[in-house]
Amino acid sequence: MSWPGTLNVKPINMKQLLIFIRKEFLHVFRDRKTLLMLFGLPIAQIVLFGFALSNEIKDSKIVVADYSKDAVTRQIINKIASSKYFDLEQSLQSATQLETAFKKGTIKMAVIFPENFGNDLIHTGKATIQVIADASDPNLATTITNYITQIITDYNAQLGNNSGQPLQIVPEVQMLYNPELRGAPNFVPGVMALVLMLVCTMMTSVAIVKEKELGTMEILLVSPFKTIYIIIAKLAPNLIISVINLFIILILSSVFLDLPVKGSVLLLVFDSILFILTSLSIGLLLSISAKTQQAAMMGSLMGMMLPTMLLTGFLFPIENMPLAMQWLSNIVPSRWYFIIIKKVMLKGLGFSSVWKETLILSGMCLLLFAISLRRFKIRLQ
Amino acid sequence: MITLDNITKTYNKGTVTAVKDISFSVNPGELFGLIGPDGAGKSTLFRILTTLLLADTGAASVNGFDVVKDYREIRKGVGYMPGKFSLYQDLTIEENLNFFATVFGTTIKENYDLIKDIYQQIEPFKDRRAGKLSGGMKQKLALCCALIHKPAVLFLDEPTTGVDVVSRKEFWEMLKRLKAQGITILVSTPYMDEANLCDRIALIQKGKILSIDTPAGIIKSFPDRLYAVKSAKTHQLLIDVRSFPGTVTCFAFGDSLHATFKDNQEGGLLPYLQSKGHADASMQPIVPGIEDCFIHLLKE
Amino acid sequence: MQPVITTEKLTKRFGHFIAANELTFEVGKGEIFGFLGANGAGKTTAMRMLCGLLTPTSGKASIAGFDVYTQTEKIKRRIGYMSQKFSLYDDLTVAENIRFYGGIYGMATRQIKDKTTELLQELQLQNEAKTLVRELPLGWKQKLSFSVSIVHGPDIVFLDEPTGGVDPVTRRQFWDLIYHAADKGVTVFVTTHYMDEAEYCNRVSIMVDGVIAALDSPANLKQQFGSDSMEDVFYELARNAKRKAD
Repeated sequence: MSWPGTLNVKPINMKQLLIFIRKEFLHVFRDRKTLLMLFGLPIAQIVLFGFALSNEIKDSKIVVADYSKDAVTRQIINKIASSKYFDLEQSLQSATQLETAFKKGTIKMAVIFPENFGNDLIHTGKATIQVIADASDPNLATTITNYITQIITDYNAQLGNNSGQPLQIVPEVQMLYNPELRGAPNFVPGVMALVLMLVCTMMTSVAIVKEKELGTMEILLVSPFKTIYIIIAKLAPNLIISVINLFIILILSSVFLDLPVKGSVLLLVFDSILFILTSLSIGLLLSISAKTQQAAMMGSLMGMMLPTMLLTGFLFPIENMPLAMQWLSNIVPSRWYFIIIKKVMLKGLGFSSVWKETLILSGMCLLLFAISLRRFKIRLQ
Repeated sequence: MITLDNITKTYNKGTVTAVKDISFSVNPGELFGLIGPDGAGKSTLFRILTTLLLADTGAASVNGFDVVKDYREIRKGVGYMPGKFSLYQDLTIEENLNFFATVFGTTIKENYDLIKDIYQQIEPFKDRRAGKLSGGMKQKLALCCALIHKPAVLFLDEPTTGVDVVSRKEFWEMLKRLKAQGITILVSTPYMDEANLCDRIALIQKGKILSIDTPAGIIKSFPDRLYAVKSAKTHQLLIDVRSFPGTVTCFAFGDSLHATFKDNQEGGLLPYLQSKGHADASMQPIVPGIEDCFIHLLKE
Repeated sequence: MQPVITTEKLTKRFGHFIAANELTFEVGKGEIFGFLGANGAGKTTAMRMLCGLLTPTSGKASIAGFDVYTQTEKIKRRIGYMSQKFSLYDDLTVAENIRFYGGIYGMATRQIKDKTTELLQELQLQNEAKTLVRELPLGWKQKLSFSVSIVHGPDIVFLDEPTGGVDPVTRRQFWDLIYHAADKGVTVFVTTHYMDEAEYCNRVSIMVDGVIAALDSPANLKQQFGSDSMEDVFYELARNAKRKAD
């Protein structure tokens, strides 16, 4: 090697900076996973938010009960039916039937025209329509009651033009389950599902992968200690901590957010533990394929948090999604847990109302555990 | 105690061969050394023997148990110290030891005698976290944890790498005492000088065994006569000896050079060196060391 | 001897702990200087101070004529560094690594090109110019790493245990490169655990418990301690070290 006699190394300049930047580009382009994220993510987001997810309310299931059956009611009902916001079912249901429907969550709103609606309107100049909305999702409730109100107002104006008399149809709005339209009843269940899922999945997968990374997993495997016990030991702290977290959230929301558990706490805890176990086994599955803690965390975030946030139903209504995504949401455990929490915590319902969701959750739990236990590696490769 | 028959292991769908056609055996109570540089395949062999990896072809057994079928039995009765430091950094010395004792179904008390020698050196620091120990102390702790259940066979994968000379010496003293208690030990190291401390050694490079024998046996099988050449100007000496027409091989070994020559041509070296300005050059026949043999075997 | 490194009572404290204690020595141009010591003796701390990476607590030091307190940027331009974990990017090719390091050391494009050709020839890596570094065998990586650390023609190169885990032949080839560099006037400051490598050095210093316990040529040290080998000299000095637990 020869040394240039007077190599005068200058202070940093543009060219050096460019060379460094060029190297950084090379790193990025040679790492497939990073590339996928950098280019895939924006595209995925546009597709998702542009086409699949929206806050727009469409096709909300409502029941219209027409006890009057006159020309006026028919006109109003036609207007409601022709609106894209509503998926209308016309039927005469008793108060009990309506209550059941609301509890089950099959309808979001009921519009009731009392007897002699039309007559009242003509003779007294005023009539009322009863509007009952499920306000456990206050945004949804507000929006659809606003739509109804708008339709009625328009009709009011139309009537006024035609007859020259001020006529008033007054909607009497009743918000069920959340009369003050607080946000808490919607986001607390959502947050519960998200937090429990994230903690269990991420913490479990990271804990197992950490042993792999450190090399201590090797020693544990080459020992009489049965693999199943290793798994139980890894899951146990997360289970206990998550249950504690659950109680903290419930106490906090009851004391500070005025959101007590209306239904059976025992049922809620039972289903929560089911959900926690499901999340734990997802964490277990993730730990099997991840080689580094970083990969485990990324997997948890991308693989679990994102679907949970998008497909649970608390940020974006599932009913409004394309069919494919609605089907997809069926395999996200938190979707079912979210329904259970809302039914038990907000609507005070019992096991008879949530047995279906509980069954689904149990099934998922067992299946995931079975798969992850089978695939847990007793060797290094 | 340990046998390997034609063990081959590849990675990356067969593109990378870690070990090829390895066969040897270790007798009960032997201190057997696997000597070779990084990438030679030592760790792979350890992992196959401790049932952590499956070989592509070949068979192996430990204490009569097959590494594939009887892996559970093997895992109950061996001690293993993997290459990287594999203890829990945020637990103290005592906590680590207690944990591994439990994992192996025993207690520190039960087998204290076995680890006493070693443990006493680190016991004053038993409440210190493992992450804050020096290399030498970590080593001792790892050895204790591998021994705590009184295994019949001990697998130590590069236990002395990265550790200073003093700790290395102490470690091998400990190994000798363990051997005296009847434990079979398979240990790997890249340091050639440690080879002499073993009963038998296998020299391994790039997945293949170059030679297996006692250290004395390997030294005896060195085919040529080896000479140590010295002078004050070692670097210049290296160049000059290499330029001497009678030289076959010449390698630096500390303050002297080890060289071999063509038939009976060594006599001409000293005059040649003197003519090159090495007035104080000296030369004498020496017994080869393991490193000389390794270098020789690498050539072939 | 024309000194390129001069230290006078160079000290580094971390709180109450004195990692390096009043180090005083000189290293000359073109010297191969072995910097030995047990783990925890203070070697790494000392080296970091000399590289301008750590500010000393007290004492003086000048590297390549620059002061270690006030001119660290200038020092960094006159030195090269190779650590045991190597300093090459696994996912870049051989040529790209050379180009990168040449660039950040401020070499002109023409110079980098010439140097690349030279290096590839010297290391016999011409066919591997476009190979990703991660696919090179360990020994080649090391040799390349060393060459890259001196690509900009520094006065001093610091090598931190450069030959760990490599086969005996490659180790010696590596030292051939070191000799070559020293012949050209580069001062080589190397730490190692291989005691035979200590013998290849012109002078050796051994640190124990934060101080330099011995500094001389290997031959003199062996005479002083009545030992046959540097290993015995080291053992004599290091075995009574108090800092065994750190």
